[in-house]
Formats: sequence, structure tokens, C-alpha cells
Amino acid sequence: MLLSLEGATVRFGGRTVLDAVDLDVAEHETVCVLGPSGSGKSTLLRAVAGLQQLDAGRVVLDGRDQAAVPAHKRGVGLMFQDHQLFPQRDVGGNVAFGLRMHGTSRDGQAARVGELLDLVGLPGARDRAVASLSGGEQQRVALARALAPRPRLLMLDEPLGQLDRSLRERLVVELRHLFGELGTTVLAVTHDQGEAFALADRVVVMRDGRIAQSGTPLEVWQRPADAFVARFLGFDNVVEAVVGGTAADTPWGEVPVPEGSAQGPGTLLVRPAGVRLVAAADGLRCTVAARTFRGTHVAVQLQPEGAPRLEAACALREAPEPGATVGVRFDAAETVVLGAPSAQPAVKGPAPGAD
Amino acid sequence: MKAGGPERTAGPGGPGGRDRAGRAPRRARGQDAARFALMALPVAFFAVFFAYPVAAIVSRGLHGDGGWQLGRIWDVATRSDIRHVLWFTTWQALASTALTLLVALPGAYVFARFDFRGKQVLRAVVTVPFVLPTVVVGTAFLALVGRGGLLDELWGVRLDTTVWAILLAHVFFNYAVVVRTVGGLWSQLDPRQEEAARMLGASRLAAWRRVTLPALGPAVAAAALMVFLFTFTSFGVVQILGGPTFSTLEVEIYRQTSEIFDLTTAAVLTIVQFVAVGAILAVHAATVRRRETALRLVAPDTTARRPRGAGQWALLGGVLVSIAVLLVLPLAVLVQRSFDAPGLGYYRALADDDGGVFLVAPIEAVGNSLEYALAATAIAVLIGGLAAAALTRRAGRLMRGFDALLMLPLGVSAVTVGFGFLIALDEPPLDLRASWILVPLAQALVGVPFVVRTMLPVLRAVDGRLREAAAVLGASPWRVWREVDLPMVRRALLIAAGFAFAVSLGEFGATVFIARPDNPTLPVAVARLLGRAGDLNYGQAMALSTILMVVCAVALLLLERVRTDRTGEF
Repeated sequence: MLLSLEGATVRFGGRTVLDAVDLDVAEHETVCVLGPSGSGKSTLLRAVAGLQQLDAGRVVLDGRDQAAVPAHKRGVGLMFQDHQLFPQRDVGGNVAFGLRMHGTSRDGQAARVGELLDLVGLPGARDRAVASLSGGEQQRVALARALAPRPRLLMLDEPLGQLDRSLRERLVVELRHLFGELGTTVLAVTHDQGEAFALADRVVVMRDGRIAQSGTPLEVWQRPADAFVARFLGFDNVVEAVVGGTAADTPWGEVPVPEGSAQGPGTLLVRPAGVRLVAAADGLRCTVAARTFRGTHVAVQLQPEGAPRLEAACALREAPEPGATVGVRFDAAETVVLGAPSAQPAVKGPAPGAD
Repeated sequence: MKAGGPERTAGPGGPGGRDRAGRAPRRARGQDAARFALMALPVAFFAVFFAYPVAAIVSRGLHGDGGWQLGRIWDVATRSDIRHVLWFTTWQALASTALTLLVALPGAYVFARFDFRGKQVLRAVVTVPFVLPTVVVGTAFLALVGRGGLLDELWGVRLDTTVWAILLAHVFFNYAVVVRTVGGLWSQLDPRQEEAARMLGASRLAAWRRVTLPALGPAVAAAALMVFLFTFTSFGVVQILGGPTFSTLEVEIYRQTSEIFDLTTAAVLTIVQFVAVGAILAVHAATVRRRETALRLVAPDTTARRPRGAGQWALLGGVLVSIAVLLVLPLAVLVQRSFDAPGLGYYRALADDDGGVFLVAPIEAVGNSLEYALAATAIAVLIGGLAAAALTRRAGRLMRGFDALLMLPLGVSAVTVGFGFLIALDEPPLDLRASWILVPLAQALVGVPFVVRTMLPVLRAVDGRLREAAAVLGASPWRVWREVDLPMVRRALLIAAGFAFAVSLGEFGATVFIARPDNPTLPVAVARLLGRAGDLNYGQAMALSTILMVVCAVALLLLERVRTDRTGEF
């Protein structure tokens, strides 16, 4: 493992910001830590960088404990959330900074700066003032600066957080391509699931300083570990349920579940695509509360009587008007039985069994 | 280029020193050690060249008949004439500070936010009064508002018998303190902060009051503190304009020391002044600490723009008029009097070695002063820079104590320090009486607080994450300081050096005791000339003061040029 966190714990006053976190990042892997603000993900990066002391646990890089290694000797790169470009230096001066710190010759610096500016798509920007750069350009310069000294591990703190949507989507693709090409090991944190899923080989979901789930984007998306992860990913159709065989008893009535689902009390997730609209008499009777246009589909908010709201994904033409009364049936292929209702497990690995 | 990129090996126990560290005991100890190492030189400097001489003077006054005579303190402090001195010293300082802020804050705004032709020259012009020897300031105002002065000639108005002359001279003297300290920060505040407040519904005034004023708070407090200290310990100005009625503590100490030779009273007054200043500094430290925050600083040339609308032009006009009347007019009168002899008679007399006032021609004082002031500036920047660097990282009670301690030389009687140098530094290994370094040391003592005060707010306002960004890119704590802090505070450093140079040039109270007769400084030479009767001596004093003024103006103009030169890299 290139990077291992072992029981990493950080407390600010009485608050535990990182709570015994274990995390491994293998060489050439891109790991994205995903979590809401305040979940401790930035602190995690700072601890690895050596900017934040651990109260307990270890940071191990290349098999070496980093406790006594100050930030400037760890050989990791960190791209700050708001870039933190040096305002008194031009673009070239910023990119060359790490090279100068490592004693690279002037010619070497110049060559590497040119190479990196080409790489991030800013050829010829060397002499520009930092203040004259747009947000996207600043982001590219910050990336070039972090990459220049060839860090063994590159860390990105909300790398695309401040950019507009189209730029973000383009840069995610560019970054993924770039990291693959360079073979860089990357540890990024973000609160944006789309960004995390697009960028990462592996996604780590954090909650309150603990790791809630870790897995490939597909695993996490298909089988959220618990209600928290499911809701954080944007799924709202989450209820407590008792599973027996291939059906679950829920406030929405009986919902079919896939074969082999964990039995007994649990939490049930029904993806919006699994909420089928039928005639009012043929299913769970609901009133249409709202419609939201989502581009490829329409999200329909449904209010059953005496049960939590449901979200359904409808084709554009089939979406009912608000106020209409419809019936709902559930598709077993789009339902997932999550962990036990009260559990807030700090587990690693894909969806745990509920027992 | 290194093949493998960053270093892979790192010795254990390498220097710590990151901001938020300090949780792990080992790292915290390393940080403290580094901080104390930075503090060592300033502390030693102050112990040897400040605490020791002052203690020597005080003990000489209170030690006698085989023991300490602490009862003398009470005896002296309760004398009615001394109580009167204390009262006057306090209220005139308060009034001077309030008046200075009132007049100079609009000036600070104009210099910070307005772009107009001749701004650089004007900035140097307002700084010139500050570096003039206090004796000359007093004399210039005497020439303006005294008997036979300009106002007397024109309208028959005389102010030299009132406290107004003192207050106006104090405003004249301290205008630059406010403009430089407050305006320097103001010009770097991001105007968009105020715009954000405007968009949230704040009126122009409310936005200023809620956003800009709090950000300026520490700088205003620092400036007010400096003005108060200067006026509280005012010496030359009060001695000349105060006459027999008005006397500050410092004037009284000088009188007791050099005229009445009552060292006991002088020692008690020194202690009283010391305690009063200590109390003020403690209050100041407490208020400033609560309000210092990381500010968003931008390049000053991006915040200034040409005045728009009648109101802004009127403000600019008003400030220019106040500068003309309060600052330029006294200087103009000074210059006019220096030319008030046929064929530049006063200037030519300066080169003659016949007056018997000096062992050398008065003109040689110019060279002496420059050499002394340069040496003093180097010392002050070194000591003050180290202290400011150590104080940047917020730390415990002990470091805050240092912070306040560094300000003390401003409040302790310069007369006492100068006299203390003579008494205390006369034995090996510190027999410095015959050494030229004695004068720069005393001058640097007054310069250090300026360096620290000017640099500290800017250093503390540097975004800590920029330092972290540099550290992650491989910069050691020392490189971080050189690469991140230093470029950002270079302006502040130059301003600090300018201040140190200026106060060193103008320092009078201490230098008058320790400058050797054959090596007088400009202010000392001026005072000696003023102390002698006759038009020729008076005229020479005016001529010498004019030269000092020109020297300062040239130095400051050079500084203004360097300040705006932003291209250089190290």
C-alpha cells in the first residue's frame, strides 16, 4: 500500500473530527472520499499532508510511519480547495515553486513548467499574473503546481468545487484521463457524488469522522451500505422494513425484494426507477404532490395516505399532473435491503449483510 | 531534476513548526524552541540596552544611605506640582490623540482609496514632519503662532501661551503615524467586502462602519496607541511651546536630571511614566488581541481610483487644505526663515568652524546623522523583524508578554535611557561610552517598536493556508517564511525600515546625552544652535533643520519608489 491510515483520530476540543479511520490507497489508484461538509474529509487530507497532527493512530506512506516527518518532507502534493496560488508570483513562478524547493536546476524547472502547462492546457501562460486567471485557469495552475514535483501521492480538496457545471464535467474527464496517463496515485475529497463517481476507482463515503462505506462507484451506487449513504447519494425512498422471503413489509405495504436479500428487520431502498405508476385502483393509492423536470426524466413526488413520500422517475410524456391520483407498484430489481435500521456502521467494504 | 521527485527519506525529529500543530507534545516542544530561538536576540538586546540602563538610573535615584528608599516614591508622587504635571501630561495626550485621529483619518482614507496626481510626493511630504526633531517642530510652530510669528504679524493672533500650540504641533508631528499605519492597511483591504455589505442592504456609511471599520480596528488602535505614547512622553515640543505653565513628565524628568540634579525625583517620575505606559500597553494588547483576524489583502494599486462626484472631490480638497495648513505651512515658515539672510548666509555659516558651538563644522552633523541612522535602522530591522516573526504564530501568555514588552521603549523616558547608557554601559565588558555604536543602539531602541508594530498586523494577516501550500510543496519552515511571508510583507518591511530610519534621524532625548561633542547628530546640533542667542545661530538652526528635512524627504521619496516596485523576485 502506498498510503495507510491506521486508526487515525483527530479531535478539535471535545469534538472528534476523525474517528479511528482506517484507509488504504494502493499505488496508481484514485480514491475519492465523499461526504457532506463537516464529515472530516478535509481533516483527513490535512492529516496525510502533515498539516494536522493526529491525536491517535498512524499515517504510513510507503511503509514508513510519518509521525515525525514534517509536511515539507512527506513528498505528497495537496491541491487546496480555493487553490491558494501565491499572489505575488506569476503562473510560472507558482508552478516552479515546488521544483525550486527540491533544488531542481533552472533549466530543469523551465522545462518541467512548460511541460506541465502544456499538460493542463495552458501553454504560454507562464508569464501571466495569477490575479488575471479565471477560476478554471486557476484550478489548472494549482493542479500543475501540485504535480510539478512529482508527488508520490496527489491529494485534491474539492478540486472542482468552485467551477461552473459544464467546466466541471469537462475537467473531471480530463483529470481522469490525465491521472491514468501519468499513473498518479490520487486521494481526492468532495461533497459532489457525480464528481466522485466520475473520478474515482474507489469511493469512500464518510460520515461524522468515520468511514460509512468503501467500494467501487458501481458498488456504492448499487448497494449503499446504510440509510445515511443512500440518502446522501440522493435516494429518498428509504424506509424501515421487515423482510421475509422475497417480500418486505413496509409503510407502503408489501414491496417485492430480490432473492437472497437479508432477512428480518432492515432498511429498504426503492430507487425512483423502481416506482411504477399504474392506474389508481391497481396499486398503492397516491396523490401527485410535485413534479421536477430533470432533463432525461421527470421526478414525481407522490404522497401515499399515512406513509412517507415516494419519488418516482417517469418518462417525460407519462408524468401525471400535480393533484392527480395514481397507483404505485414496486419493481423488485430496483429495491435494495440495506443494513439494520438503527445501525450506523463504520464498516469497510461493500454492502454488509444485515444480521 | 531529481529522478524520483520529492525526497523519500526524512530524519526523525525534523523541525516541526506548522501552524495548527502543537497537539503532539514532541512537535509542540520543537515549535516553542524555534520560537524562543527567534526571540533570544531581541530579548537579550532589550535586557542589555534597555532594562539594564533604566534599572541603573532608577536604582541610583532610590538607593541611598545603605538601603532602598522606597518611601521617596510616595513623597514625590503626592507633591502637588508633580500631580499637576501628571494631570496635564494625561489630558493633553488624550486631546492630542483625539485631534490627530480626527484630522488624519480622512487623510488615511484619501491616501488609501484615491488615485490622484502627486500622491507619492504628498505621502512623503506628510511623513517629513514625523522625522523632524521635536525641537525643530516646536520652533517651527513658535515661528508660526508665537510672538512675532506669522499669525501674529498677519492678524495679531498668538497661541503660544495656550495649550492649542502644543496640540497643533502634536497633530503636525503624528499625522503620518495615522496615515501610514491605518492607510497602509486600508489600501490593502479588499473593497469587495464593502460591496458585499452594500448588496446585503447596508448603506454606504453602514457598510463602512460594519465591515471596513472593524477590519481597520487593530490598525486604528495601534496608531492611536502610538500617538498617545508619543504625546504622553512628548519632550521637545512641550519644552519649547509649553513655557513655564505646561510641563509633561518627560520635560520634568529632563529638568530634574540636568538642571536640578534631583535624581530621586527623576527616578520616581521615570517609574510613574513606566507604570502608566505599561498599563496603557496592557489594555491595548487586550483589545487588539480580540480583534485581530486574518484579513483578505489585495494589492494596494488595485483599490485606489480617481475620486468621483462632488463629495469625493470635496473630501480630497479638504484633506489637501488641512495638510497645507497644518503640515506644509510650518515647514514653509521654517524654510523661509532659513533663507532670511543675504546670500544664503546661514547655510554658508554651517560650513565654518568658528562659532565655538561645536568642535567641528555644523555641516558634519549631516554625515554623522546618516551613518548613525543607517546603523540604527539595520539593528532595528534585524531585532524587530526577528521579534515579529516569532510573534506571528499565535502563542501563549509568555509570547504576548513579549509583544507588550517590545512597546515599552516608546513609553519610557528617552532622557532616562540616554542618561542610563552613560551610567550603566561604562564598565567592561560593556564599556561602550567611547564607541560610536552607542548612539545607533539607543536610536534602534526606539525604532524596534515601529518595525514590530508595522510588520505584525501584515504578517498575521497572511493566510495560513498559503504557508501550508508552500510546506506541502516541500518548503521548510524557514523557506516558507522567505518565500511566502517575506514577499508579502516586503512592503511592510520597507515601511518599517523607513520609520526606523526616520525616528533614528530625529531622535533627540537619548542622543542628546550620549552623542559625543565632536560627533553631534543633526537634532543635537540644531538644539545646541537654538540654545545660543543671536540671529546667526537661530538662522543656522533653521538652515540645518531644512537640510534635515530635505535629507528625510529624499530618503522617503526613494522609499516610495521602492514600495511600488513589484517586479523583483528574490
